Amino acid sequence: MDEKKLAIIATKGSLDWAYPPFILASTASALGYETEIFFTFYGLQLLKKDLDLKVTPLGNPGMPMPMGMEKWFPTLLTALPGMEGMMTSMMKKKMASKGVASLEELRELCQEAEVRLIACQMTVDLFDMDSSAFIDGVEYAGAARFFEFAGESDICLYI
Amino acid sequence: MADFDEELDASGLNCPLPILRAKKALAGMDTGKVLHIIATDPGSVKDFEAFARQTGNELMESKEEGGKFQFLIKKA
Repeated sequence: MDEKKLAIIATKGSLDWAYPPFILASTASALGYETEIFFTFYGLQLLKKDLDLKVTPLGNPGMPMPMGMEKWFPTLLTALPGMEGMMTSMMKKKMASKGVASLEELRELCQEAEVRLIACQMTVDLFDMDSSAFIDGVEYAGAARFFEFAGESDICLYI
Repeated sequence: MADFDEELDASGLNCPLPILRAKKALAGMDTGKVLHIIATDPGSVKDFEAFARQTGNELMESKEEGGKFQFLIKKA
């Protein structure tokens, strides 16, 4: 049976950008796709053992806020100390209350479903990251290795 | 509700958990066996239709009962 292939390039490291790669990859895998995610630049944050991702409305005018606040809350105030932390914990609470899986769970499901996780070696070196801070089961490689798979993929997404 | 061999309660779980759990449950079942799934996520209706179409497992029944969505999937 010819399996369809899904390739994802994950480049962002904030909480809101972390969900799409893992949800798409795990779902594709459940539907029988062979899937690979290439984590580069800030996407590498998604591979850390201790996930401590944040989200902020600052610079994200499209982010909905409770009580219609996005309509009148001044952008400048979102830069105040503590705002990012508050927004992040509000977002996490909302996710939990709506039965959305945690990032750790989604990531684990991906690995269980044999989604291949590839970390961009170049970016790891660039930011002097310590590979012991990353979860196990990650392959370290470059773009050329990723293109081997991406070039044959039916779907390739840049997130 | 027709007979089923195994049951999966995915109540309270939202996309993509219902189909991910279903896939796991089906992997451990023999061909021809039926999995009964209960879910509260309204999106799961279309999700399971797509799941059945793409994985070749048969969606024998899909209905809403008692405020929850009930599915019967037969392992291909």
